[in-house]
Amino acid sequence: MAHEHKLEIFRGLLKFKSNTQKIWGVLVFLTIVTAVEVTFGITKPRWLTHHFFIGMKLLNWIFVSLTLVKAYYITWDFMHMRDERNALKRAVVWTPIFLVGYLIFILLFEADYIFNVYQDGYIKWNF
Amino acid sequence: MDTSVATLEEENVWGGGNRPLGASYGKLMMWFFIVSDALTFSGFLASYGFSRFKFIDIWPIADQVFTHVPFFHGNYPMYYVAFMTFILIMSSVTMVLAVDAGHRLQQNKVIWYLLLTILGGAIFVGSQAWEWSTFIKGEYGAVETKGGRILQFVKADTGERAALADFAKSIPGERERLTRPMGLWYMKESSLPSYTVQEVTEGLRSNPNILIRLENVNDDGKKILLTREETLKKINEASMVVEGANLYRNEYGSRLFADFFFFITGFHGFHVFSGVVINIIIFFNVILGTYERRGHYEMVEKVGLYWHFVDLVWVFVFTFFYLV
Repeated sequence: MAHEHKLEIFRGLLKFKSNTQKIWGVLVFLTIVTAVEVTFGITKPRWLTHHFFIGMKLLNWIFVSLTLVKAYYITWDFMHMRDERNALKRAVVWTPIFLVGYLIFILLFEADYIFNVYQDGYIKWNF
Repeated sequence: MDTSVATLEEENVWGGGNRPLGASYGKLMMWFFIVSDALTFSGFLASYGFSRFKFIDIWPIADQVFTHVPFFHGNYPMYYVAFMTFILIMSSVTMVLAVDAGHRLQQNKVIWYLLLTILGGAIFVGSQAWEWSTFIKGEYGAVETKGGRILQFVKADTGERAALADFAKSIPGERERLTRPMGLWYMKESSLPSYTVQEVTEGLRSNPNILIRLENVNDDGKKILLTREETLKKINEASMVVEGANLYRNEYGSRLFADFFFFITGFHGFHVFSGVVINIIIFFNVILGTYERRGHYEMVEKVGLYWHFVDLVWVFVFTFFYLV
């Protein structure tokens, strides 16, 4: 079973002839994504840094989503998760998603609250 | 009819010998290890996010901290980290090619691809060591106020950063260094910064081209630059000179910034380092023909999983430390 590889990415939009070819294809894709990230990181387009969505700059949302895209392709194609059974996929992927999602939610809300306490409360930072 | 079929399947399930995940023991355990390690890293990154959101208005801007490229002088934000990211992804690719060659039992190809993987990992670890040493050494130096805030210096005409050496006055002073035989109780002194607060203050007063930059970020996401008048007033709050970074304070801004930098990139660097060591062991096993005799290269695949995971973590560290 391990010798068979699913050779299509982007939901079948791109189909490779061999596993080796798929690996290089995924590398090209990951490189493009990283290049886009670095370009955005250096130029920081004004529109993206001045518009917010749930308390975070649009630019940062782009970074986070591109990171998740990269993570998906590394796991699915480099780690061959694409060829594993659904049970394994779900066990490995959903466990961190639930736990980490909860952790991030609770910590970032708390941090924002503390920030506001520092901001509005009677605490002086510069003395 | 239906019920009988169901009972039959049930008997099969309870009879044991099923492989619900369809993966070998070793691969499965590697996956479970990866999940737990991913949770550890997530804990680090989430606590980094916590501290960052807590001090969101004074957090250092990565573009202004990581601006160095080895062998080049000047301001090159991000380029070197992007290069490091690419190296690590590249070594992930050679690793997956080695796994692929292993499936087809091509020993020589596995050897070459593993060698490239090890090289990539070594370049990455070396780059990280260089990055650490640059970070620890610092470039410009800064001053800390009594309230523990960092004040950086900028040249008014060009807008470039000013190093302490550019403007600090050297005031010769008498400072006697005590040695062990001179007292009953003796404690060693840690290294002193190159300038005293007085030297920096005097230099700042006599050089009208120097302005202070605060840690605080304005609406445009830029650090607030004081006017000359405000600068002269602000420098009175200076309490100590900070050069480079250690676990207590750093010239880049918030103290936690350097702590998290050391902790998270250090923990990741340690993973890369152990990955390289494991790769080397596997590399020699392949050369010796261990897996050829075993009839399969699953060990390369398992180590490959770990290696890709290290790459995966870096993707996140890269985003949250250098980009966001």
